[in-house]
Amino acid sequence: MAKNSKDEILHDHNHDGIDRRGFLKCMAWAGTGTLCVMQGGVLKSYSLSRLSDLGASAAAAGELSFAQISDSHMGFNKPANPDVAGTLKAAVDKINALPTAPEFLLHTGDISHLSKPEEFDTVDQILKATGKEVFFVPGEHDVLNDDGAQFHERYGKGTKGSGWYSFDKKGVHFVGLVNVMNLKAGGLGTLGHDQLEWLEDDVKHLKSSTPIVVFAHIPLWSVYPEWGWGTEDSAQALAYLKKFGSVTVLNGHIHQIMQKVEGNVTFHTAASTAFPQPQPGKADSPGPMKVPAEQLRGILGITDVNYVRGQHALAVVDSSLA
Amino acid sequence: MRSSVWILVLATSVIAASALLAGSRSLAASAEQAQASSVEVKIDNFSFGPATLTVPVGTTVTWTNRDDIPHTVVSDEKIFKSKVLDTDEKFSFTFTKPGTYPYFCSIHPKMTGKVVVQ
Repeated sequence: MAKNSKDEILHDHNHDGIDRRGFLKCMAWAGTGTLCVMQGGVLKSYSLSRLSDLGASAAAAGELSFAQISDSHMGFNKPANPDVAGTLKAAVDKINALPTAPEFLLHTGDISHLSKPEEFDTVDQILKATGKEVFFVPGEHDVLNDDGAQFHERYGKGTKGSGWYSFDKKGVHFVGLVNVMNLKAGGLGTLGHDQLEWLEDDVKHLKSSTPIVVFAHIPLWSVYPEWGWGTEDSAQALAYLKKFGSVTVLNGHIHQIMQKVEGNVTFHTAASTAFPQPQPGKADSPGPMKVPAEQLRGILGITDVNYVRGQHALAVVDSSLA
Repeated sequence: MRSSVWILVLATSVIAASALLAGSRSLAASAEQAQASSVEVKIDNFSFGPATLTVPVGTTVTWTNRDDIPHTVVSDEKIFKSKVLDTDEKFSFTFTKPGTYPYFCSIHPKMTGKVVVQ
């Protein structure tokens, strides 16, 4: 990764670059994380090594900081990663070492690999070491065999319908959405009528200056429909959020970091703590991707999100486990 | 030759011929039964192979997951539904009625297949 004298880094591992027509694809594959910061409507990226500087100034202004992890797939044990518990533990260590301690965690789904009770138990146990509250949304691997009954019992207290909910932290409004239930043949992720109605009502009375963070498992934008990487009715959800000055959408599912900015909405997908998946179209199928063992931890990661009150958008940083 | 002998020869031929026919019919029936006992669909690389399978009524189709990720086999009309299949796990269903049975993987709904029963 090249560093120029101004300390701005262009992550160009796959020659995707940055499209300055306001449409950003920031694919950080390996190595240290990327901080993408919106300043005056322009997106800039910095290396994770500058995080401590930014963290310090953010602390002075008063901030909210939380971490996102995703796709722990507890129970997966194939060659792509025979030790998903170990890599999840490494993610926890990384969280505990962040310069600004996150106040809580978001897990954007696929907590377990086969929806087995012992898999959920193991993740809960490992995450306890952060000492932080964790907010979950399910992935399709969490609702197998029982239409999500077990997930609901474990993590669904106070949620509506198949598990959607919202909460507030320091003036930021968080919305957890479920788009992995009732998937139709040949279809994409789906939110459904009831959830969309609830969302409309949930944000209706909020001031447009309220920063919004939406988190859901399957991406809420069309990353790659051929592989099911999208949500068929997300446009309706985004329409309800149109009035807000700052909307951050955090997703998982695709096991790689991708980012897109569209007007006031920043979409961000997280790396998996378990195994990477190929880039859209670069393989026959979106299955677990084997990488040389020494590179694996550089590709898996966590996302640290910082909100500084008064600033327009949330700063999202990805950091690898290496 | 006397007519009685002719009749005897004729009768014997007819009996022999029917026996042969009957024998070959039952041979054909058992061959069909052997074919109908089990047909495989391989699940690999996020796809069902073959994607379209045509079988006679009474066939048991067995799906085997050879992928390194779990999948399910769910009929669009909920006529059959497997539990989650991890690598090397199988699911079987016997098709007793003719028709077209589209199905998909409920975890990865872009994975679709079809069994045509004739």
